[in-house]
Amino acid sequence: MWNLETHDALIKYFSNITHFVQTLSNGLKLTLKHLWESRTERDPMGIADEDYFLKDKGIATLQYPKESLPVPDHGRYKLHNEIDDCIVCDLCVKVCPVNCIEIEPIRATDIIGKTSDGTNKRIHAAKFDIDMSKCCFCGLCTTVCPTECLTMTKSYDFSTFDRADHVYEFAEMTPLQILEAKQAFEEKQKAKPTASAQSMKSSRDKVVFKPIMIKSKLPKKKDE
Amino acid sequence: MHTFLFYLPFLLFFVLVAVYGERKIAAFIQSRFGPMDVGPKGIFQTLADLLKMIQKEDIVPNAADKPIFLLGPILFFTVIFAGFSMLPLNSNMAGAAIESGVLLLMAVVSLDVLGILMAGWGSNNKFSLFGAVRAIAQIVSFEIPLGLSVLCVVMICQSMDLQEITRQQGLYTTDPIFLFGLKGMGIEVTQMGGLLSWNVVKSPLLLFSFLIFFIAGLAEANRAPFDLPESESELVGGYHTEYSGFRWGIFMLAEYGIMLLISFLAVILFFGGWNTPFFNMGSFQWAHWTMGSYWEVFWLLFKTYILVFVQMWIRWTYPRLRVDQLMTLSWKYLTPFGLLLVFLCGIWKLMML
Ligand code: SF4
Ligand code: SF4
Repeated sequence: MWNLETHDALIKYFSNITHFVQTLSNGLKLTLKHLWESRTERDPMGIADEDYFLKDKGIATLQYPKESLPVPDHGRYKLHNEIDDCIVCDLCVKVCPVNCIEIEPIRATDIIGKTSDGTNKRIHAAKFDIDMSKCCFCGLCTTVCPTECLTMTKSYDFSTFDRADHVYEFAEMTPLQILEAKQAFEEKQKAKPTASAQSMKSSRDKVVFKPIMIKSKLPKKKDE
Repeated sequence: MHTFLFYLPFLLFFVLVAVYGERKIAAFIQSRFGPMDVGPKGIFQTLADLLKMIQKEDIVPNAADKPIFLLGPILFFTVIFAGFSMLPLNSNMAGAAIESGVLLLMAVVSLDVLGILMAGWGSNNKFSLFGAVRAIAQIVSFEIPLGLSVLCVVMICQSMDLQEITRQQGLYTTDPIFLFGLKGMGIEVTQMGGLLSWNVVKSPLLLFSFLIFFIAGLAEANRAPFDLPESESELVGGYHTEYSGFRWGIFMLAEYGIMLLISFLAVILFFGGWNTPFFNMGSFQWAHWTMGSYWEVFWLLFKTYILVFVQMWIRWTYPRLRVDQLMTLSWKYLTPFGLLLVFLCGIWKLMML
């Protein structure tokens, strides 16, 4: 009965056993090494630290609320808007890929102030809400902001029990101020129907070229 | 003497310590902290968990087979705890005076399959049933290599009494002991005791028997890597899926109990039971100095704890086996080698006479 197949099967059988023994003992050695090394803990040092990559042994986790890793100053976490510097230009709203910024602008009757870099503020921000639970932290809004008032901060621990608490409101106007601003705007609008027509006319003269919407003609072709 | 009275509170205490120890060992192996908040370094975590568990509602599913469902865990624990009644504690306390203690222990260890089956069947849940069926297949097939490896020891010792087997492995033996059991070499170590008269040294082949015993023991105890009956990633919780509160706690208790029982048995059968590992060297009577009622209890527990640690270490090292791998391991590897070892141990015993 002894043929080549039994011979091969036997070799396989015993090489299996040596393989078991080798791999299993390697595994045990590895875990024992980890067990031994976990005498040391890592300190909460940030990635900026020179020794950051040298600390590859020992307990790797931190007891989070009690200790935490330092975050780089330019960390991209919670958004912050310095509302005094915001000119309510709506750029951030337009660029945001997930529409998490909501602005309610009220045009002012006159220049209402200057930002810290000297830009004139002409629009009231009746509402400036950022829903951080939608934000994907892409940072696009901060790059388009002309006055650099919208920034990302390094605070990342802002979990809440209610999702509504993730909507951060930056506008500072009281309901009364909003009402007054709206009324002032409406009064001004009423007062200048002619002026606006004139300005429209003059502006039409000035226009050299105007973007023309080219409608897709595909459906029409189908009809023909 | 009533070693039983010692082992029940000891088992409860052991579970408290072992659960904490296991969580810590697992954590350290995985480079994390483990429980840290309850008490200094989290040492009261298990106690807190226990309190929580006791307060929980004892839920019995509507569709369950109630009497079987309720009886399952109790039977499981009773059976395992019955095993402890036969364990000796030291040279004066021998446990239940049963001549065929080893045989009874083997029977008891394999009886726990009944408790598992009752739990799994009674739950009326497919996951539980899968777990129970796997447990039966596993425990029944690993019974054979376990039995064969124990048979090796019984052949070498010519006794089935656990106390007698232990006594033969130390200073209190009545027969002369030769180095490696080989009478032909003529080196007598009866008076040296210690390590040299342990079964694994007296008959070095038993080291391989021990390996088989330990692997089969892990499978009997449903410990990883043989935790198929309760594999939480496939079967939710296996046979104890439907249990909650204290009844679930009994399962935990029994599981750690059988782990401890297997370790005790391994220590008694292979590593000298309550005998000291130190041997007499000339005027340094280490063996005599480290023997005595309390020392003996200490040695027994110490050696057992080391084996329990090894079980935990193995659990957190290896992934779970597949069912077919499990069966291959038992029937194609452990059983043939077990048979071979029985044969070789018979020859060794002839050389010891
Ligand atoms: S970071 Fe990106 S997603 Fe978040 S508010 Fe700014 S643009 Fe929107
Ligand atoms: S882009 Fe900057 S200035 Fe413009 S609305 Fe947004 S935050 Fe305000």
